[in-house]
Amino acid sequence: MTILVIADYSKDAQDNKVLAPATLNTVAAAAKIGGEIHLLVAGAFVGAVAEAAANIAGVAKVLVADNAAYAHQLTENVAPLVAELGKGYSHILAAATSNGKNILPRVAAQLDVDQISEIISVESADTFKRPIYAGNAIATVQSNASVKVITVRATGFDPVAAVGGSASVEAVAAAHDAGISSFVGEELAKSDRPELTAAKIVVSGGRGMQNGDNFKHLYALADKLGAAVGASRAAVDAGFVPNDMQVGQTGKIVAPQLYIAVGISGAIQHLAGMKDSKVIVAINKDEEAPIFQVADYGLVADLFEAIPELVLTA
Amino acid sequence: MAGVSDCTFLTMISESMKILVAVKRVVDYNVKVRVKADHSGVDLANVKMSMNPFCEIAVEEAVRLKEQGIASEIVVVSVGPSTAQEQLRTALALGADRAILVESAEDLTSLAVAKLLKVVVDKEQPRLVILGKQAIDSDNNQTGQMLAALSGYGQGTFASKVDISGDTIAVTREVDGGAQTVALKLPAIVTTDLRLNEPRYASLPNIMKAKKKPLEVVTADALGVSTASTNTTVKVEAPAARSAGIMVKSVAELVEKLKNEAKVI
Repeated sequence: MTILVIADYSKDAQDNKVLAPATLNTVAAAAKIGGEIHLLVAGAFVGAVAEAAANIAGVAKVLVADNAAYAHQLTENVAPLVAELGKGYSHILAAATSNGKNILPRVAAQLDVDQISEIISVESADTFKRPIYAGNAIATVQSNASVKVITVRATGFDPVAAVGGSASVEAVAAAHDAGISSFVGEELAKSDRPELTAAKIVVSGGRGMQNGDNFKHLYALADKLGAAVGASRAAVDAGFVPNDMQVGQTGKIVAPQLYIAVGISGAIQHLAGMKDSKVIVAINKDEEAPIFQVADYGLVADLFEAIPELVLTA
Repeated sequence: MAGVSDCTFLTMISESMKILVAVKRVVDYNVKVRVKADHSGVDLANVKMSMNPFCEIAVEEAVRLKEQGIASEIVVVSVGPSTAQEQLRTALALGADRAILVESAEDLTSLAVAKLLKVVVDKEQPRLVILGKQAIDSDNNQTGQMLAALSGYGQGTFASKVDISGDTIAVTREVDGGAQTVALKLPAIVTTDLRLNEPRYASLPNIMKAKKKPLEVVTADALGVSTASTNTTVKVEAPAARSAGIMVKSVAELVEKLKNEAKVI
């Protein structure tokens, strides 16, 4: 058995391409399946990412497809590459990041196999668990596909070490350019705070924040705790904060050591994105809010009094 | 590009721009589902069913494109049980012109649905196909991408904005780091994210009118594609319950608990 993992990467605050942390969780899932692990880095000018990939513990080989056609991981060009390379593998894995979710189903369809999305555990080489219905049920799914195509929910697997490996690096010459799509531009959030899905502590705000400006209270708390800042769908829909901060069923899935939900009522869709956090704190002035049902520590209070006090005393 | 500056040419394109929208009948988003005692699935008996919220956004976007004079016709399609006609009628009430139900009593995988939709795409030849990015039952987030692969079209997934100009659609996508815009050659596939639009409600007169709009029913079998799956659901269980928490009376008590009991700060 040999497993192909698609490496994901993004840009850091200095505009350098860096390996996405979720790649380490995906390699961990591959290690649980067992067998040799190869990593594919597809993009343009991805030498630094490939170098980082070769250092990941447990990776035997890194395939680098460095070609202008793969810039920005355009799926119309990357998917045929992955499908072509993937035919020789028992499994193709990608993190359930926006890139992984965009690319992998296209690969699965090209290979004519069903995909298994967002696994949270590996039961055996062909059987996996995944949440359905916003995490209100857990399905155990078995695949008899010749190549098993799977996205991995990072929170289900502890990351492997980013260093300690010494994989061989091999260039892939294949250039697929479908010629039907092109990159126009991007607006990426720049923040010095930890990335939401990798942070040990997450502070999230909901409709109770009342406006975007009030999120400054959460930023102050986050900076005190070394935390990332998230938001409920209600806060994003209301325009308080941008979409990349949304935690929930269809936003980001987080499972930090500590999740502090502030002014969040606790809709099913939000709970789906954070209920696997180790410790959950809910601060809400409505004592009936459903968020208290999943909280380890609940505090009924006016957040505009409680949060500044928390900043001073935490 | 020849012809793009030619107004007559552009009008011709817009007049013939058909949009296909795929919708799914799912358990209503407000329902908290329960797992069946025999672990075969979730209990959907007597549960409220609705159009998948992301599909509502897909229908709304098509209707807006028609209202702007960009689209000429909206065909809505669903792959599902006979009862999915209800959701198709809803889409017709919201502004779709006609509907197609690809009827199947089976629980089909995303790939099977994509294959059936591909047959509809081949027959209808839309310039644009809009789907929800994800159904809130299976949470797969696959069908649009798979349909794009099978059709050989570009895909603008997780769209928060679309802009059609001539032969091209610019799609702004919600991605992990923020927003990304790609340009796709038409025909293309778009899957909707939450911020693309805010769907309207169907008015009573439009609900009445929708009853007279054409709704064609074909069986999945009649479309002649294999819907066999490489996946088997072995069992479905309830998630592990969280142990009950406690209410604290003050910020000071909270800080004390987080430091000394939970040891997380």
